[in-house]
Formats: sequence, C-alpha cells, structure tokens
Amino acid sequence: MGITLPILILALPLFMFLLLGIGGVKMSRKVAGVLGILGMGTTMTLAYIVAFTYFFSGDAAFIVDGVRQQFQVFDVTWLAFTEKLVVNIGFLLDPISAMMLVVITTISFMVHLYSWGYMEHEGGFQRYYAFLSLFSFSMLGLVVATNIFQMYIFWELVGVSSFLLIGFFYRLPSAVAASKKAFIVTRFADLGFLLGILTLSYFTDTFNFVDMTSNPMQVLTQTGGATFLGASVLTWAMVLIFTGGMGKSAMLPLHIWLPDAMEGPTPVSALIHAATMVVAGVYLVARMFPVYCVVEASMTFITVVGAITAFYAAVVACTQVDIKRVLAFSTISQIAFMMVSLGVARDHMAGVHYSGLGYMAGMFHLFTHAMFKALLFLGAGALIHAVHSNDYTKMGGLRKYMPITHWTFLIGCLAIAGIPPFSGFFSKDEMLAAMFGNSWLWGAWMTMVAGLTAFYMFRLYYLIFWWEENPEYKHHRPHDAPWQMSLPLLILAAVSVVAGFIPFGTLVTWDGAPYHIHLETPVAVTSIIVAVAAIALATVMYRKKNPLPTKFKNAMPGLWQAAHRRFYWDEIYLFITRKIIFGIICTAIAWFDRHVIDATMDAFAKVTQKVSYSIRGLQSGNVQAYVLWYFFGAVALAAITWICLL
Amino acid sequence: MDLNLLWYLVPSVIMFCCGVYGFVTRKNMIAILVSLELILNSADLNFAIFNRFLFPGSMEGMVFTLFAIAIAAAETAVAIAIIINIYRAIGSTEVNETNSMKH
Repeated sequence: MGITLPILILALPLFMFLLLGIGGVKMSRKVAGVLGILGMGTTMTLAYIVAFTYFFSGDAAFIVDGVRQQFQVFDVTWLAFTEKLVVNIGFLLDPISAMMLVVITTISFMVHLYSWGYMEHEGGFQRYYAFLSLFSFSMLGLVVATNIFQMYIFWELVGVSSFLLIGFFYRLPSAVAASKKAFIVTRFADLGFLLGILTLSYFTDTFNFVDMTSNPMQVLTQTGGATFLGASVLTWAMVLIFTGGMGKSAMLPLHIWLPDAMEGPTPVSALIHAATMVVAGVYLVARMFPVYCVVEASMTFITVVGAITAFYAAVVACTQVDIKRVLAFSTISQIAFMMVSLGVARDHMAGVHYSGLGYMAGMFHLFTHAMFKALLFLGAGALIHAVHSNDYTKMGGLRKYMPITHWTFLIGCLAIAGIPPFSGFFSKDEMLAAMFGNSWLWGAWMTMVAGLTAFYMFRLYYLIFWWEENPEYKHHRPHDAPWQMSLPLLILAAVSVVAGFIPFGTLVTWDGAPYHIHLETPVAVTSIIVAVAAIALATVMYRKKNPLPTKFKNAMPGLWQAAHRRFYWDEIYLFITRKIIFGIICTAIAWFDRHVIDATMDAFAKVTQKVSYSIRGLQSGNVQAYVLWYFFGAVALAAITWICLL
Repeated sequence: MDLNLLWYLVPSVIMFCCGVYGFVTRKNMIAILVSLELILNSADLNFAIFNRFLFPGSMEGMVFTLFAIAIAAAETAVAIAIIINIYRAIGSTEVNETNSMKH
C-alpha cells in the first residue's frame, strides 16, 4: 500500500480543522457545514478503502498463511532528542487499528451529518465543525500510532478537543466547569500514563509497539529483576500506563468527569464520550496486550477495576433522571465490560480452548457498542431537540409523536441489552463466554451487570416513550427530527441490527490468527434469560404510570439516594480537594509562602526603599549643590592622596 | 625676589576658589556664569604656568589655553542666550526659580 491514502486520512481532517477554524468566520453556516460533512465523508471513504484493503486484499504484507500481520505504512523519525530517545511518527495498520479507522470515521461522519440539523440554531456553528475535525484528526492519529509516544501526543490532542467541545457552550458556567473537570481529571491520569511510558521505554530502549509486542518476553528480561515498592518495574510501568487508560475510559475512581461531560452538545457526546475517545483506554490495553499478558498482576488489576466499575456504573444508571447521564453511566459500564473482557484474556492459558477470546470479544463489543451507543446518544439528541429538556420527567409517551426516534432507540436498547439477533447480543455473549472461561466469578458477576444494563436501558426507554404523556405536548407538539438527524439514526440502527453477524473473529484477534465464533449455548441462554427477565421487570415497573417505582424507592431510601448521588464520588473528590488539599495542605503552604518567601522579598524591598529615601535628598537637581559636593570630594581625595604620599 | 612656580600657582588657586565659592553661593545665573569663567581662567592659567616652567621648550600648553579661551567664549555666548530666553520666559534669572521642569 502506498503512503498517499494513509497520509490523506490524517491530513484531510487536519486541513478541514485549519480551513474551518481560520476561514470559518468568513463562511456562511451552510458552506461550513457542507465542507465539514464532505471532508469527513471523503475521509470515511479513504478509511474504508484502507481498512478493506487491509482486511480483504490478501496482500502478503497484510496476511501470511491466514495470520494477519502488523504493517507499518510509514514510520519516520520526528524528534531525535538523543541517540536512544527518538520519537517517530507513523501509520500502523493491524486488525484493531483498521477496525478503529472504520468505527471512528463512520461515527464521525454520522455525527457531522446529524449536527447539521442539531446545531442549526446554535451560535459558533463553524467553530463547532472545526473542533469536530480536530477531534477526528486526533483520534485517527491515536489509533494508527506506531509508537506509544505518538499515541501519547494524540492522546493529549483528543483530550484537548474533548475539552473544547464539552465547553462549547462557553456561556454556560456548568459547561465551563465540566470542560475543566474533564481536562484536569484526564490530565491527572495522563501523568500516570507518561510515567509509565518513560519507565517502560527506559528499559526497552524503544517506544515502538511492534518491537514491544512482538517479543514481550524480551521486555520482561530487559526490565530484569528491578523492583520498586515490592512490585516489579514492569508491573509498575504497565499499571501506570493503564492509569492513563482509566482516566480516558472513565474507570473508577477517575470516572467523575464523564457524566459531567454531557454538558457538551449531544452529538459530541455521541462521538467523543460514547463511541470513540472513551474507548481509547480499551484500545491502549489492546494495543499493549502481549506485554500485559506477561504481567499477570496488571491483568488482574484491569479485571478488578473493570468489574467494580461496570457494576457501580450500572447501579448508578438505574437512578439517574437526566437521560444523557443514564447513557453516560451506561457507557462507563460498557467500557468496563470491555476492560474485564481484555483482563480475562491471555496469550495462552492451560486448559482453555481459546485463551485470546476475551481480546476478540472486547474488540467486537467495542465495535458494536460504538454503533449502538452512538445511536442511543443521537436518539437522545433528537428527544432533547424535540422536548428541550434532558429530563425524562419532561418526556413520556413520546412513541406516538416521534416514531423514527422511537424505533431506532428501541433497536439501540435491544442491542445494548443483548437480545438476539441485535449486535450487542453477539459481542456480549463472546465476552461473557471469555469471562466464564477465566473464572466463574467474573462470568457470574458480569452476567449480573448485563442484567442491570438491560433493566436500566428499558427503564429509560419506557420512561421516555411510554409511562405517561407530558401534558405540555398539547401546547408544544414534539415531532421527529429533520432528515439530517433521522438519516444517521436509521443508518446506525441498521448497522446495530446486522453488525452481530460480522465474522469478527476472522478479522480481529490478538495474534492475527482467525478464530471462528460459535455461540456458547449455556452462556448465551443464561444471558438471554437474565436480559429478558430484566426487561420484563422494567416493563412491569415503568410501562404505565404506577406507584411501583416510588414504592421501591421508598423501600430503600438510603441506597436509592446514594445511587442517585453517584455514591458520593463527586463529594469525596470535593472533600479531598477543598477540605484536605485546599483547606489543610494549601493553607500551610500559603502561610509559608506569605510569611517566609514573600516576607524575605518584602524585607529586601523595604531596606532598599529606606536607603533610597535617606539619600534621595542628594539628587536635588540643583547643580550648585552637585558642584559643592564634587568640590568637597575632590578636596578629600586630594587630602587622602597627600597623606598617603607623605 | 625669585619668581618660582608657587608664586604663579597661588593666585590661580585663589581664583579657582573664588570661582567655586561664587558658583555655589550665587543665585543669579549671570553671576554663576561669571564664577564659571573664573574657574576656567584659573585652569587656563595653570596650563600656561606649567608649560612655562616645566616644559619651556614646547608650546602645547599655550596653544591649549588659546583653544580653551575660544571655546569658553563660544560657551558663554550659548549660556547667555539660554539665560536671556529663560528671562523672557519666566521674567527672572534666579536659579531657584527655574525649577518648573523638574517635576
């Protein structure tokens, strides 16, 4: 493959960002919107060509004896600090990056199209499209990175685009606060990421993914027996790198930014905070998978963090009122699902038929989740567009008014709940099979989370589309969104229906060797029963207005309140920052600063000032006085000279 | 009575001291200018004396004195011009009244 197409895939969104960012003010909304959509459409086409060439051309560079290869389209030296510390920029094609190219460009294109309708009446339309292009560029750069440092650079770029887009409505104080929160929390996590990169590359002498992952045992020997605080250096490095992923993918306890990030425009939530950027953490673990496999402890860490987060987010999602918040917690939960799936996968495991199943399943779920979660978010956007509120209490009974949104949203809910034949069923089934393959504990735990998922999604669905009609509809009749918004919904719904039948195992596996997916009947049956039971429960509770939900709520008010307040994580963070860091530590530091450092400097200034005041009378501007002083000085010098000569 | 170097230098020193005294104490600019001329002339006198007694064969000191006198004349002309302008502007030639540009 030539380097033209890959370079264009990256250059086109960057060019669109510059064009719309600089020239946007001179353009009309229509021109900017059409340019943005065309640019992204072209990028999508190019990305499809590249991905399809990679998967289906059968070229010897891409596939050898049925095993897919990692192929560096180009990898050029970009910054050479020292002989060893060299940062390259390149374009790596392998199963997951090709898959991500498709996911990112598809969702991004849908969001570009959708935003044309959704953002029609908002100010800063051109700026919005410029930022979307910047995000697409950064995300594409992230997934095709050939080395971990390039990934880190683009990692920060997606962070900054996310910051810009969350704070897009910069006149809203809540949006500004949310954008700052997102940026600071993820930056904090990225500090761990950077430390991990430096630790790892200090021992391996390379940033390159292919070098590290093709021979993970060498990485282990290179780090040798060096230990730090009771754990080997490699464990530290891998856990620290995962910290970056925890921040971006909103794993506990760094998840607090994602629900607040819903302050941004809804299409942005669909693109960045549901489908693409937040799965960067999963992608990172998948990218370094062979090295993670060497360190058992880090895999356990990933699994445990993922399992706890998945359960926590699912419980919180059951009690949220804001529909975007429900979807945000659902996203956290689903990403945690992928993390657990990766965490239970191994390069080889005794007594297991196919140990890399978790990897394949996690990537499969990443793909299907991106489609149906973007669908759900865009559907939520259409609802918000119609009702002008994020709150489900302002909705209810909308199925008659918004049939397209209703059906597509239902498809999204069925997909995420794991009902066959929708796509989520297949990927979730593979993930659960992988988890049961590792340990029944993870399998059972995550099956429970899957049940919760089905419950809260259908709770949301019924509360929006059934329950009780909002009497305000008589004054303001909600209706389906314009075609720019409905078309992406329909396309994504179609994808969500059929994506499960993609033979994903033959395309994406950890080592490139094909794996033929077959349903694990016991796992599949269990998960279907759990999902159907959860949906039935949601139907009973929320289909029609009835006192059951209130009864449940009043039966355990403490738990409900705690879940509604997201188990007080934000309060804990505020307590730590305000009371402990600002209140205690910073007060002491501020005292030291004011009374020691500032005081020293003030003393210097005061002494200088005093001296200046005392001698400033000499500088009178009166030449006669100068002459007199000069004369006395000259006489004194002469006298001294005379005495010395004597 | 033998006229040695000292006999010439003493009047020069007296003249210089008078000049300095006048320069420091006088408030009238013309008087200050006159005092300044005294200082200059005492310096000129020194040039001539030292040339006459220490290097009788050469003429540099004398020539230098002539130059200094010429320059002093020019300088005086400039100073007088300034003083006249100040007088026109503020109606006075007292130094302690010419401070309106100090602040």
